[in-house]
Amino acid sequence: MALFEVEHLKKYFPTGRGMVHAVDDVTFSIEEGTTMGLVGESGCGKSTLGRTMIHLLESTDGVIRFKGEDITHPDKKKLRQLREDMQIIFQDPYSSLNPRMTIQDTIMEPLKLSGRFAKEQLEEECIKLMDLAGIEKRFRDSYPHELDGGRRQRVGIARAIALMPKFIVCDEPVSALDVSIQAQILNLLMDLQEEYKLTYVFITHDLSVVRHISTHICVMYLGQMVETCPTQELFDYPLHPYTKALLSAIPSTDIHNKSQRIQLKGEITSPINPKPGCRFAQRCPYATEKCSEPLTLSEVRPGHFVSCCHVREINGL
Amino acid sequence: MKNKKTDTTAGRPKNNKPGSLPYVWNRIRKRPLAMTGLIFILVIFILSFISPYILKYGWETIEMKARYQTPSFEHWLGTDELGRDELARILYGAKYTISIGFISTGVSAILGIIIGAIAGYFGGKIDNFIMRCLDVFQAFPGILLAIAISAVLGPGFTKVIIAMGISGLAGYARMMRANILSIRSSEYVEAATSINCTTGRIIMRHIIPNAISPLIVQMAMGIASAGLQASALSFLGFGVQAPTPEWGSMLSSARSFIRDYPHMCVIPGIFIMLTVLSFNLVGDAIRDALDPKLRD
Amino acid sequence: MSNTDKKGYLSVQDLVVEYRSGGETVQAVNHISFDLPSGRSLGLVGETGAGKTTTAKSIMRILPDHATQKVEGVIEYDGKDILKLSEAEMQKVRGGKISMIFQDPMTALNPVKTVGEQIAEGLKVHQGLDKVKAREKAIEMLNTVGISQDRVDEYPHQFSGGMKQRVVIAIALACNPELIIADEPTTALDVTIQAQVLELIKKLQEERGTSMILITHDLGVVAQICDDVAIVYAGEIVERGTLEEIYDHPMHPYTEGLFGAIPELSKDVHRLSPVPGLPPDPTSLPQGCYFAPRCPYATDACREKHFALEKVSGSHYVRCIKKEQEG
Repeated sequence: MALFEVEHLKKYFPTGRGMVHAVDDVTFSIEEGTTMGLVGESGCGKSTLGRTMIHLLESTDGVIRFKGEDITHPDKKKLRQLREDMQIIFQDPYSSLNPRMTIQDTIMEPLKLSGRFAKEQLEEECIKLMDLAGIEKRFRDSYPHELDGGRRQRVGIARAIALMPKFIVCDEPVSALDVSIQAQILNLLMDLQEEYKLTYVFITHDLSVVRHISTHICVMYLGQMVETCPTQELFDYPLHPYTKALLSAIPSTDIHNKSQRIQLKGEITSPINPKPGCRFAQRCPYATEKCSEPLTLSEVRPGHFVSCCHVREINGL
Repeated sequence: MKNKKTDTTAGRPKNNKPGSLPYVWNRIRKRPLAMTGLIFILVIFILSFISPYILKYGWETIEMKARYQTPSFEHWLGTDELGRDELARILYGAKYTISIGFISTGVSAILGIIIGAIAGYFGGKIDNFIMRCLDVFQAFPGILLAIAISAVLGPGFTKVIIAMGISGLAGYARMMRANILSIRSSEYVEAATSINCTTGRIIMRHIIPNAISPLIVQMAMGIASAGLQASALSFLGFGVQAPTPEWGSMLSSARSFIRDYPHMCVIPGIFIMLTVLSFNLVGDAIRDALDPKLRD
Repeated sequence: MSNTDKKGYLSVQDLVVEYRSGGETVQAVNHISFDLPSGRSLGLVGETGAGKTTTAKSIMRILPDHATQKVEGVIEYDGKDILKLSEAEMQKVRGGKISMIFQDPMTALNPVKTVGEQIAEGLKVHQGLDKVKAREKAIEMLNTVGISQDRVDEYPHQFSGGMKQRVVIAIALACNPELIIADEPTTALDVTIQAQVLELIKKLQEERGTSMILITHDLGVVAQICDDVAIVYAGEIVERGTLEEIYDHPMHPYTEGLFGAIPELSKDVHRLSPVPGLPPDPTSLPQGCYFAPRCPYATDACREKHFALEKVSGSHYVRCIKKEQEG
């Protein structure tokens, strides 16, 4: 049984200029101990989806299931309990820590709030967590602004794993960091996953990172789910024209096998009061009139779902 | 640089939390100008209370023989049109000017913080209503509003404070609301929600402490201008009334003699200026001390 | 070297830049030297704070005066030392012969002027064009960077991020500069847009024979458009060579570390092998090799002596004792 499932999940925001369809009909499931990579460019709704999944935002429509149980509309008590099981790591290690709380206070806060620990145990537990996240003990009484980005992100991680949750949404946790620090944090996340059987949703715009850390990938474009399948499958057989373009756009360090770029026209617009049908159609080289009909997700290869009405012709299947 | 930053601060003694009083005090102490200002204000304020007991002349002792005297050994700062000792009056009046500045700023800030916090936290219609009311307030220049309110309430120490407190609150409310709005959507508040912080705890521990510190700076600077405004009100006849020697009213009553006895105007003027300058210097230092990014 | 050979040739020799910050002296650039023949493109690669941008700003002479303590060395361009030019002469060079593309297109454009005016401005100053001609040229530049000429009278906020970066590029290229310095030109952009912008920069550079310095932390981006690479660490070049030399045979442990830290699409690696630790504090650099505290191969000799950049083969230079001994 899958640990986490979303079905036809939708999240709309009212704005002055109309309704933003930030997440529009997303369906997938995540097995325990695996990582689902949510990939897409800025404004595609991946962060909103991640926050909606763990109830930091209320969903507009659809079903969310955790351990087989419907948690779309939990009551207060249930929500408290769920939050101990579901956590989030944020993108910006500068703004995700309260500037007026010491590292120790920040990490101890979830421990205190859970009521699971006696007062004497708190400090001990905090040191354990700092050790797990690779923060030196001497930073206990430091404030966030005294730490570099990598260490701050470790504090964010320590806070998220404090109550040993089962499920963690990682919202671009490494994109604000330098490459060498980025690799250190990725390794830490993978070690923690192995040791505690954590399940991740890993949100990123960086496909090389997502390939490295994820077991499954879900590609999003303007709130719509474009393609989802196991990671290896996606990189071997990308089927959706957007995924293909996205993969070919990654600057590779392999200087001898330069792959042919698929150049996309135009840029991403915002999903305000969108018309029905595929939102990628205006940039898609294969678009026809048929693309304005409502989207359906179809299983093109085993475990490989694509929402494109031309997927079979394009790939000669 | 990062390495060093973390290394040198790791062993910081407890109780030296950025933004806490000992921390701010430690940083202000290192600024000679700010310390001069602070000492000036304190000395004047303390002298204001003890001067009646140590000076030879009382602030209301009328001595018709010694009218319009320029500074001398007998009267260090001269005398006024009724022969009252200027030094005694200046010192006695200091407590009015300074405390009007302090208290009216406090009133503005407290009212402003509460109103702004309500607007920012609840949002929606309440926010809209409060903000439109504040718009009306801010449509008048501050001093004009204070004059209008004083005109309604009538003159007097408490009434000046009320008038100035009300006329200044809009600025604080606006600032508080803006801070709360930006902090409410920050990731650390989101993180607090995700670890099951209650609404009360989020407000008290995560939002308020971060929203208030910019206001403290505003207040420190505000005291200076409130003191100045109080003098202006008294000068116009709305403030503390004669014979109480508030600096503004001293200036006001001396203005008819400015051609023949300029010292009667110049002396209160200098004291107003020095006090305002001192408050500004201290305010500056507090602002720098509260900014965690400026390290010593 | 005759004067014609020096045309468009940039040579930076022993550049040292120090500035003050919080009462301490920051050694931002420590004896950086490189040559850039006309028409080539050089990638300056390194982490935040490595001194890449400071180097670029020294070439443009736009370092903030109040904080900069020391700028030494020789930056020779067209046979003249840029550091010795008068401010008036420098203004002709800046924007005319050398122009810079900044990282953040959102802040590099003036929000209250139309994009057409902003492109035309440089043309009026540097090429003395009148209003009409400058506008014509501005429209031509917009077409070159792939923006429809109808948008010449629009303001920056009406453009998306990628489009703004195109406008910034159009401004930089308007006066036919001989050298472009691009400081992280695509970092703020999404991948598909980044691909478009890189393609554009490369195309324009090839067509016009412009030289380029590309500053980035992304080895993938460098692989797309650079001929030469210099790896910068703690304000100095630790390895330098052609793209092939560096990418096929990275020799400095830091370069290896940079490659080890990127998850590569075509390879399956279970664990990344990042460089441990953090870059050194530029206010108190270590005595020996700056990289020694993080280097897995470091010996006592590394901690004592600071090495020079030594030639390995062809145009490949490395600053490391390990390579010296290997041969």
